[in-house]
Amino acid sequence: MAATNDTQRPTDTVQLLTVDGRFQPSDPAAEYLPYLERLTESDYRRFYRDMVVVRRFDHESANLQRQGQLALWVPSHGQEAAQVGSAYAARPQDHIFPSYREHVVGMIRGLDPVNILRMLRGVTLGGWNPAENGNFHLYSLVLGTQSLHSTGYAMGIQLDGKAGTGDPEKDEAVIVYFGDGASSQGDVSEALVFAASYRTPQVFFLQNNQWAISVPVERQSRTPLYLRGSGFGIPGTRVDGNDVLASYAVTAKWLDEARAGEGPALIEAMTYRVGAHTTADDPTKYRTDEELQSWIARDPIARYRAYLADLGVGESFFAAVDEEAADLAADARRRLLEVTPPPMDVIFDHVYAEPHPLVTEQKEWAQRYEASFDEERA
Amino acid sequence: MSDVNQSYPVIDDRPENEDDIVEVHEAELIDEPSTAEDEIVVEDAVVVDDEPEPADITAGFTVNADPDAALGDVPKTEFDGEAAEQIAAEEIAAEQIAAESVAGYAAEAPVEAEPAPEQAAAPVHTPDAPRAPEGPIVSLPLGKAINRGLRDALANDPKVLLMGEDIGPLGGVYRVTEGLHAEFGPQRVLDTPLAESGILGTAIGLAMRGYRPVCEIQFDGFIFPAFDQITTQLSRMRNRHEGTVTMPIVIRVPYGGHIGSIEHHSESPEAYFAHTPGLRVVAPSNSHDAYWMIQEAIASDDPVLFFEPKSRYFVKSEINLTENASPLHSARVARAGTDVTVVAYGAMVSTLLHAADLAAEEGKSLEVIDLRSVSPIDFTPVLDSVRKTGRLVVVQEAAGNASVGSEIAATVAERAFYSLEAPVIRVSGFDTPYPPSKVEGMFLPDADRVLEAVDRSLSY
Repeated sequence: MAATNDTQRPTDTVQLLTVDGRFQPSDPAAEYLPYLERLTESDYRRFYRDMVVVRRFDHESANLQRQGQLALWVPSHGQEAAQVGSAYAARPQDHIFPSYREHVVGMIRGLDPVNILRMLRGVTLGGWNPAENGNFHLYSLVLGTQSLHSTGYAMGIQLDGKAGTGDPEKDEAVIVYFGDGASSQGDVSEALVFAASYRTPQVFFLQNNQWAISVPVERQSRTPLYLRGSGFGIPGTRVDGNDVLASYAVTAKWLDEARAGEGPALIEAMTYRVGAHTTADDPTKYRTDEELQSWIARDPIARYRAYLADLGVGESFFAAVDEEAADLAADARRRLLEVTPPPMDVIFDHVYAEPHPLVTEQKEWAQRYEASFDEERA
Repeated sequence: MSDVNQSYPVIDDRPENEDDIVEVHEAELIDEPSTAEDEIVVEDAVVVDDEPEPADITAGFTVNADPDAALGDVPKTEFDGEAAEQIAAEEIAAEQIAAESVAGYAAEAPVEAEPAPEQAAAPVHTPDAPRAPEGPIVSLPLGKAINRGLRDALANDPKVLLMGEDIGPLGGVYRVTEGLHAEFGPQRVLDTPLAESGILGTAIGLAMRGYRPVCEIQFDGFIFPAFDQITTQLSRMRNRHEGTVTMPIVIRVPYGGHIGSIEHHSESPEAYFAHTPGLRVVAPSNSHDAYWMIQEAIASDDPVLFFEPKSRYFVKSEINLTENASPLHSARVARAGTDVTVVAYGAMVSTLLHAADLAAEEGKSLEVIDLRSVSPIDFTPVLDSVRKTGRLVVVQEAAGNASVGSEIAATVAERAFYSLEAPVIRVSGFDTPYPPSKVEGMFLPDADRVLEAVDRSLSY
């Protein structure tokens, strides 16, 4: 359908690619264009590759849940451009605080996606060590809590004197992901208050995917969410979250500002959760097929593929990416099925850093109790 | 006696010895030359001189050098004799005036209150002031003991930070952090926005970065906005990271009643946190423990709720500055006895010691145990004592249902069943909201209620 063409382009949104893949920057995009100069041809291909790979992985994971191999799956279909673009804007020294849908961000930071599956299979509460996985922190399941952790972390960067030194190779910043639903949480407001007050080196990346499970964004906010920034004293920018180049450029600018000691920023990426909230959800009960189709017409991958094809990228590249995506998904499936339940020790270990009599006593009791069955059998 | 009561927002249950109370003399009030304005100017000068980082890097942490702007943080508590007389005429209790002034509400209150006596009486802690030579034993009020412990922790470990509402130039509504902002600067002592979840949530991020935040919650009843960050995040953070992060965060909470205050200023919420795996919960009862336990809590790699018995803030007792024999989570026998074991923590320990004096006059010997830690509880001295006396009374200000006292009763019944000569008896606050303070004396356990329970125990 042509309904989502240029005539509907909001004038307040940074967009570089039209929905049919033409490079045609919107007016607010002008100041972000220089950031594209940092991208190599390899980066352009990498954006496409990552979006396709994570969508295939996403579908495979949903299937795994339907087959009883995962307790739950959290789809990211439709939000690939917002996530891939913003993730590539972060430098290696930056820290990333995800919500729980940013699978591809973790993968870009070096996380083995099977670790995400392990958590959703119920064999671990976390799944990875952020320090060994590109500073990609654990998922946070109580909505909005991670916003404060990220602000505190950014305060620590600042106290360490690691932002605003003038050396962009060393200066650090933080990016935190959250959604339109979480934007209603008090913790998000408090994080924006603290961030503005201490001028933290931090980007708040709000993916507005239009739905908080079954509740539309209009119930969360009567004002465009990016405008909330100014109320806190934080610059707010709205970007077309289905435009990977715009997502990259906008995030690159504001992360640069943050690293340079210019304080925090809020980015609202307009996107859409094409799939269900989780595999426990049924979106047909609360949204129309017409709405869904209108967003599928704005698909981030199709748009970007059309753009690359116009640039002369050949069919063989797209075919190779499809093959790589299928291989990655198959590999993830194979390795997930090899994951066994953890030992009982996982219940008791790491509750405290220092010995705790209650936990020690209960662990010893549980071991004796379990051993008693072996003795009975013997 | 009446002088003391008028000076302090404190203490229905009177300590055994009046010498324990910090005496406040009017002369000291008069002699105190510095006004809030003077203090601020001095502090600003210190801060600007010591500023270790370029202002552009840490702009959010610098104080406003404009003294007028900085004054906005300080309650206007200029002495106004006429206003004070008017207050008296309106029959507002003197201790409540002091409580409000202490609570830092004077700036908002419709009447100007007299400066809190301890503010004037206390030695102002400045970095350059030479300390008089002192031996290993000093006598300090409990609040000052915590202040000294915090100071030593800040001095010994550059990763230690203090965070909270009004803890900077004001020194906290109870002045527990007094002087620390001036000595260590705004990057070590952070006045935060007024948002408790924000304080705890950002402390978690700072701990991830390697800092050791010490968060002050202004009053017990204000901890609940932070409850989610404490229970769903802080307490589990190490566990869900499989041991790859530590959360060395201390949450200081002035808690408990006896101060004649308004709603939400006299709560005892320790059981919520004792019930939460991953947290540690302690409550000192005297200055020596307060000084050492705050440092041990800060040194712990686990999150520690540090409940400060605010009714004891201004009560002096001795500190041995060179020798601390007790680990953080150990209980101690505060007074040996033979007939009935009585157990408490925090402010109620002084109530038990008082009750033990009264009981001794009647020929009954109480063994008083100061738990010091309510999670984990060190049961060894409790069980040893119960095996000796056969009788146990557990005392707390908190409501009794599903409380710390309940846990002690259950555990003693499990582990010392055959030693018990009588049921374990709990003496607690009632299972009601904390009442209007004019009747808090009927709500809070006092020595008489303890002795009534002791008599019941002995009747078996």
